[in-house]
Amino acid sequence: MALRIITLVKQVPDTANIPDNAMKPDGTVNRSALPAITNPEDLNSLEEALKIKETIGATITAITLGPPSAIKVLKESLYRGVDDAVLVTDAKFAASDTLATSYALTQAIEKIGKFDIIICGRQAIDGDTAQVGPQIAQKLGINQLTGVVEIISANTKHIKVKRIIDGGYEILKSPLPVLITVRSEANEPRGPSVKRVMLYKNITCKCNESYDEAYLHPEIGCSCDYIKQWNAEDLKADLKMCGLSGSPTKVKNIENVVLAARNTRMIANTAEDIGALMQELTKEHIIG
Amino acid sequence: MNPKSVLVFIEQNDKEIANVSLELICEARRLANQLKTSVSAAVLGFGLKKKLDVLAHYGSDEIYYVEDKRLEHFTSVPYAKIIAGLITKHQPQIVLFGATINGRDLAPRVSAALSCGLTADCTNLQIGDYNFQGKTKENILLQIRPAFGGNIIATIVSPDCSPSMASVREGVMKLSTPDQNRKAKIIEEKCELAASDFPTEVCEVVRAAKSVDLKGSKIVVAAGMGVSSKESLDLVKKLASALGAEIGCTRPVVDAGLLPLECQIGQTGSTVRPNLYIACGISGQLQHWTGISESKRIIAINSDRNAPILKVAHYSIIGDLNDVIPKMLKGIAFKNTTY
Repeated sequence: MALRIITLVKQVPDTANIPDNAMKPDGTVNRSALPAITNPEDLNSLEEALKIKETIGATITAITLGPPSAIKVLKESLYRGVDDAVLVTDAKFAASDTLATSYALTQAIEKIGKFDIIICGRQAIDGDTAQVGPQIAQKLGINQLTGVVEIISANTKHIKVKRIIDGGYEILKSPLPVLITVRSEANEPRGPSVKRVMLYKNITCKCNESYDEAYLHPEIGCSCDYIKQWNAEDLKADLKMCGLSGSPTKVKNIENVVLAARNTRMIANTAEDIGALMQELTKEHIIG
Repeated sequence: MNPKSVLVFIEQNDKEIANVSLELICEARRLANQLKTSVSAAVLGFGLKKKLDVLAHYGSDEIYYVEDKRLEHFTSVPYAKIIAGLITKHQPQIVLFGATINGRDLAPRVSAALSCGLTADCTNLQIGDYNFQGKTKENILLQIRPAFGGNIIATIVSPDCSPSMASVREGVMKLSTPDQNRKAKIIEEKCELAASDFPTEVCEVVRAAKSVDLKGSKIVVAAGMGVSSKESLDLVKKLASALGAEIGCTRPVVDAGLLPLECQIGQTGSTVRPNLYIACGISGQLQHWTGISESKRIIAINSDRNAPILKVAHYSIIGDLNDVIPKMLKGIAFKNTTY
């Protein structure tokens, strides 16, 4: 019996590589000018899912919540080896905080119904909150193992992992089902497979209400004809729990940060000036 | 018992209370004084009763202590269930968690159980008002954190739910002087969990003694991505050892595998306040600046004359660190021979 794995992926602006043309004259970032990428740790989590699939057999469904353009991260997941993909998209989900996000994703997971392991990245680089994974685990009433760097063993009943803790690590064992969040140290994620790119590059979304397992035919390599697209109604989502109204946290205000300049003393890159600075700091008892 | 207290989740590892939890008690004291309420602490574990006094010394009024052998080591499900239960029972208005690995595993689970707001990694907490759609919520927790790769600072509020919850990293809040005579009321709570509430089996825990003490160090020498080779990293290490300093670094240096995670300084690493911070090849992205801005003196060395750090450091040297550091070492050596 193959395992059922769900991976959660997120499309994020690439905050780590801000190109010059994304900087506005006032020194702030024009977010819309940043390239949209798959959240890096979600690729690490996908890699762990694929390794389980290769060792003991599994079918993998990738889910993302985002605008229609987030189909890109599902294609990236299909190129790497997932069997099936679901795009959860609806204007009603816009402006969701982590709790409302976890609600929408939990509804989608429950619509899929069967799963043994949910794997996602530890945190997304645009918010760095690491909250959505544990919130989904709580809502589903299942166990969680966060910050995993190695899946030591997995079978149809249990999983054993190495988890980083402050100052060291621990080895944990949990029965399935379980939600796992993966850190970047876990692996070097694979790139897209050329064959799968050819297969899926033109795949489109189709709105449908039910989840039909007939789409999952991992044994023949070609598993899904289209990406399933679900909106709030398809998920029977309670609108009070979605988007802004489902978000207990509100943004009071946002300030663009511009570093306040100091009266900086420029020290010339000469032995004399640098030596003088070191002596001055010694006299002030800052060094020595 | 004050139903509107400021509650702190107390993290303990191997029966030692984490520093961040003491820092948060001090911060909770400050917030509670402003709100004219009390500070409570929630401690889960086994055999910790003798360790609880320190929480009173730093400012707790009540301590909820849940003792059970099964709670000796942190696991997500039982801890979240007990903390959510304590919150429901005692109704604090604010709950603070250390933004440690376990704190950040626990807090979101509790927030989902209670459907209340949670803000991760706050760098500043304040009490203030929130105006929304013609209504004003007075005296609520303002949760301030950098977002979007540190390019913005957001103030987050949770106006319609109670409690407001936030996590804060170690070193962000300052420890106040403990009062050894201060006492707190210890309230023992029963752990009423079934075996099924403990799904995780802890097979092994390996925790090394901290080899890096960035927070307590008077001088920190830090490497950024300008330190690209092993040779230049060795030079940075040489400077640190000549000054008796600890080594720190930015996140990309950790990501590149050049230095371990415990050396990371900034929003997602440690916050430091040394007398002297020497930034070697660090451009000065905000995520990093957040962790060093309270250093008493900052020397920045960067070959890129447009690097933001050169404008905010106390002393700036434009130049290649491979060229500058040897001159600094010479300056220190010169000092050593003259004294």
